[in-house]
Amino acid sequence: MRSKDPQLLLQSAPMLRQGLTTPQAMRDVWYALTPVVLAALWFFGLGALLLLLVCIGGAVLTEWVFTPPESRRDALADNSAALTGLLLGLTLPPALPLWMAFLGAMVAVGLGKVIWGGLGGNLFNPALVGRAFLLGTFPIAMTTWAAPSGPGGFLDLPASLFALPFHSPVYDAVSSATPLGLMKFQQQGTGLSQLLIGNTSGSLGETSGLLLILGGVYLWLRRDLDWRIPVGIFAAAGLFSLILFTQDGARFPSPFFTLFSGGLLLGAIYMATDPVTSPLTPRGAWIFGAGIGLLVVLIRVFGGFPEGMMYSILLMNAATPLIDRYTQPRVFGRKRGGR
Amino acid sequence: MNPLHLFRRSFSHGVHPQGLKEQTADRPIQRVPFVERYVMPLGQHIGVPAAPVVKVGQRLVRGELIAESAAFVSTCLHSPVTGRVRDIGPHRYIDGSFKQAIEVEADPYATQQLEQRLPPAWDSLSPEQFIQEIQRAGIVGLGGAAFPAHVKYSIPKGQQIRDLLINGAECEPFLTNDHRLMMERPDALLRGITILMGQLGAERAAIGVEANKPDAIEVLRRRIDDGSPVEVVALPVKYPQGAEKMLIKAIYGREVPAGQLPRDLGIAVNNVGTLVAIADWFDRGMPLIERVVTVSGPGVTYPANLIVPLGTPVREVLRFCGGLRDETREVVMGGPMMGASIASLDVPVLKGSSGILAFTEHATWRPKEYPCIRCSRCLEACPYFLNPSRLARLGKARLFQEMRQFQVMDCVECGACTFACPSNIPIVQLIRTAKDNLRHLSR
Repeated sequence: MRSKDPQLLLQSAPMLRQGLTTPQAMRDVWYALTPVVLAALWFFGLGALLLLLVCIGGAVLTEWVFTPPESRRDALADNSAALTGLLLGLTLPPALPLWMAFLGAMVAVGLGKVIWGGLGGNLFNPALVGRAFLLGTFPIAMTTWAAPSGPGGFLDLPASLFALPFHSPVYDAVSSATPLGLMKFQQQGTGLSQLLIGNTSGSLGETSGLLLILGGVYLWLRRDLDWRIPVGIFAAAGLFSLILFTQDGARFPSPFFTLFSGGLLLGAIYMATDPVTSPLTPRGAWIFGAGIGLLVVLIRVFGGFPEGMMYSILLMNAATPLIDRYTQPRVFGRKRGGR
Repeated sequence: MNPLHLFRRSFSHGVHPQGLKEQTADRPIQRVPFVERYVMPLGQHIGVPAAPVVKVGQRLVRGELIAESAAFVSTCLHSPVTGRVRDIGPHRYIDGSFKQAIEVEADPYATQQLEQRLPPAWDSLSPEQFIQEIQRAGIVGLGGAAFPAHVKYSIPKGQQIRDLLINGAECEPFLTNDHRLMMERPDALLRGITILMGQLGAERAAIGVEANKPDAIEVLRRRIDDGSPVEVVALPVKYPQGAEKMLIKAIYGREVPAGQLPRDLGIAVNNVGTLVAIADWFDRGMPLIERVVTVSGPGVTYPANLIVPLGTPVREVLRFCGGLRDETREVVMGGPMMGASIASLDVPVLKGSSGILAFTEHATWRPKEYPCIRCSRCLEACPYFLNPSRLARLGKARLFQEMRQFQVMDCVECGACTFACPSNIPIVQLIRTAKDNLRHLSR
């Protein structure tokens, strides 16, 4: 026993905390995406790694430049900028020139996050803002897909990666249409097993359905993900697609194809569930997910693009404040509307 | 109704802090020895402070009235020891301020035997007389809020209490005082239930106990005959189960409408300790002059459950428990979720003090505050289905009127949102500030 009283700290209750912190939640997403990143390396070779690193570097650098010096360490320590870079990288075609990817990452963090006031302030998913910018600015480069090279071509780097800024890239690799492109323009399907494993052409991180779902299950187990959003997307997209498919099986893709092709899984599990840009309320999450699911089928089937995941999410991001406002839960002991 | 109620009775949402009750759950209640000096703040209950009826220097016997109720929502204070009034004046209160208090010096030669006249038999009293007796005994709700009990028992005309609900949930981590009371004084508890059921005219009684106290449930069930109107209900462990309206939801599946009281649904909720205090008054003539306190936490040398005379300085209670460890950083009165840290060990144990907890570095360290990432963990924690994320954002901008639109005044400040927040945002603290401001504005 001590003779003198200790210096007592005064804190306001509650004195206990559940333990998980925001940077840890971000780190969980990294862990969940690790298999997806490894698959990208396996299918698209060393070039995939370069693209991802450039995106992460561009994102972190932008965050560092635009954050006041005194809060830089904290802003970078929360892992969110690097995560935005990684997510952007996973949505890019494997042979995209590196300088474009770098520019996209700068736009993602700069226009997607920093100008909104940093983490937690942005309305739109930053990675998708970056991708929308790239698709609008470099439509050809963003829709030229290299076929997966497999482990044999691991060290082959496509020359287009190193195209100088504002020069037309030269594509040397075998370019091939994505499953969605084949479906849209040639009414040609792709086997489900191929879609699940991922040896199709497409964006770096979107091809392997199984690994994407695996990471999603991990995030769900860690309670980092609102399961209602992906489930809402799958249900709405699957149902809408099923209705169309039963009308005309030759013209419209099957629900399985809809769910496992393109960026639907990557978007549904890792982008739409970004807590900052999705609704807070449980009912809101259902509406948000269902909206994305309907829009993506609408754009893919009736729109001008073979893929619609990015625009669906961005559109529903814009609706999030409104959804939150009208889906406030009923307060205990009150009727809906607060009476 | 939530279909989950078919499987387990509880309220929706809430959080699951670690129980941390192992340190004291199996320790029988001990009595703290009498010390030299006691401080009885006049305003240690909710409502108007009591008015002193003694003078400095006056001799007192243990249990003697020293201050009487100054209004209806007020209660009496009694001397915790035989001794002498040393001072009536400002003394350090648990919130750090100075409040009027009666300081009593114990007589070292007194036996401290309780020699008070027994009150009239409870079943001979009219409802009005019963309420007066409870007020005369100084009994308040012992769960922590210290709301004068007789006010709860004043049932307006036209209302009828059908259910007596006994709160033995003890959902705050660390605390085991109600647990030990149920284990060691089940007969007094059941006696209190009989008295209160008889006086209020209740038909049934339910004792809600969280399932992490199976021994207490067993002890009580063994004493209750088949066909008795008293039932022991085991509840799943969840915080804040002990909040009055949550307990009602858990046991009866009913929501008390906002702005109404449990009695509007014909329910009276009482803490385990309160009922034991009622039994002690009518059977032993002992007013509320002592209570059971759990002393625990990593900073305490010998954790214990103790009967502490009211007014005992925290320092003396801790001394009995072997003192504080050197690493102690914070001392909290009450539970860790809703208690308050104290700045000085000289403050006294009050009617509402359920625990004295000492924390070391590990429990007091706070991670940096990050921006809200709208993860909705606070929405899933809030038992009132409020939107704490939104409230915290508005609170930081000091938009208090807008917070009122989001029903900030319904918040019971249980702290589940802050407990759950990964960004360590002081959500409940912002809400308290807003409620305080709104109360001042409306005055």
